[in-house]
Amino acid sequence: MRRIDLREITQAVKELSIEANTIANCDLRDALTASIEKEVSPVGKAVLGQLIKNQDIAKFTNLPICQDTGFTVVFLEVGMDISFTGGIVQDAVNQGVREGYIEGNLRKSIVKDPLTSPVNTQDNTPAIVHIELVPGDKVKITLMPKGGGSENMSRIKMMKPSDGVDGVREFILKTVKTAGGNPCPPIIVGVGVGGTFDYVAFLAKKSLLRKIGERNRDPEIAAMEEKWLLEVNKLGIGPAGLGGKVTALDLFIEVFPRHIATFPVAVNIQCNAARVKTRII
Amino acid sequence: MGNTEKRVEAPLTEEVIKTLRMGDEVLLSGIIYTARDMAHARLEEMIGNGEELPFDAAGSVIYYVGPSPAPEGRVIGSAGPTTSYRMDPFVPVMFKAGMRGMIGKGPRSEEVKNLIVEKCGVYFGATGGAAALLSESILEAEVIAFDDLGPEALRKLRVCDMPVIVINDCYGGDLYLEGVRKYSSDVQIWQ
Ligand code: SF4
Repeated sequence: MRRIDLREITQAVKELSIEANTIANCDLRDALTASIEKEVSPVGKAVLGQLIKNQDIAKFTNLPICQDTGFTVVFLEVGMDISFTGGIVQDAVNQGVREGYIEGNLRKSIVKDPLTSPVNTQDNTPAIVHIELVPGDKVKITLMPKGGGSENMSRIKMMKPSDGVDGVREFILKTVKTAGGNPCPPIIVGVGVGGTFDYVAFLAKKSLLRKIGERNRDPEIAAMEEKWLLEVNKLGIGPAGLGGKVTALDLFIEVFPRHIATFPVAVNIQCNAARVKTRII
Repeated sequence: MGNTEKRVEAPLTEEVIKTLRMGDEVLLSGIIYTARDMAHARLEEMIGNGEELPFDAAGSVIYYVGPSPAPEGRVIGSAGPTTSYRMDPFVPVMFKAGMRGMIGKGPRSEEVKNLIVEKCGVYFGATGGAAALLSESILEAEVIAFDDLGPEALRKLRVCDMPVIVINDCYGGDLYLEGVRKYSSDVQIWQ
């Protein structure tokens, strides 16, 4: 049994909150740089140039990449040979978010109770925490600050089983088209298919943890990802929604078995400020 | 479509607005004000009560933004646009108060687009996500009302060469519609 003091988790979450919000990942940066070549609209090219420059400025000034530093979503993969000491895991994560968002000058965007008390919690807590038990004695922490603008354009649909693959394709294209410029394109499209009403949304969100260019391991699904990405990029939405060929940088699909009577699909849209950082303890 | 780079001073005059065309890349300088959902609700209430507004609305440009906190040594944190459609219901009363320009991201309602033509206004798009870059063009920032709203407080900003693009001009041009029309190829969504 390996003992881990939860203060270590707090410290890691704090650092990841700041890093994720200020330092863009290389895969995103490379994808944006490559997309300038692909873009044909001059305004679109200018927008992509701004986004790259923005990442540089954020890195050197420690300003957040985007002022909306998101709802903090934290995925924990906890090895089963670990015993935590010093409290409760969720509290440790929230403490890390609190410290990171306050010290890092990140925006606090969470209001307490949407129905009865819509006041800001002042520290961006609570985080959304997903915990999964895995073999081993390590903890993998993945932190994703998720912006409200792109979350608002995400959709879920309980399709009929007979709608099939075409139904999924249609739902993805319609969702992206309706979203237009609102979710700050170029976007990343995260798709979940199968499971239950709640689980399909989780799948879509989880797909967004992949690196740009990383395909689903099932070659048939990988082919769908590539084909539908091309179609999304024919919608003409373009960078910032001002028209162009670069609407999405990638499209990820995650699947799970489904009930014979249901066919859930979720499309979780990620914006150009796609922020994900991981650390293993 | 415009696509030329223009330098524009805020507050705006009707003459200047008439030179702006959808697609123009504009470097905006001068005084602008920040307000988003909550600040708009309060402004609307003040106008309804016949109270004096906390800023000079004549020719004003409103930037839809909720900045991140200013780190030490800076006047403001990251400051990119928020989605504009949420402010659509407040636009008629803001125009009536004297506002001429708006900066945000994402398309506007038909009502707002019609008012932009009717009242000779303009809607600029700033690049969503380019918040650190936009922050660099803000030289001064001061909370002038609704301090309790934190990031949603009403701020007066002095900006220099802030990069924005004309989305809706006073002639009815709409870059979101035209841009997408121009670059979309036929995708049969329905099969
Ligand atoms: S959608 Fe993303 S890039 Fe756009 S404002 Fe929100 S967090 Fe920033």
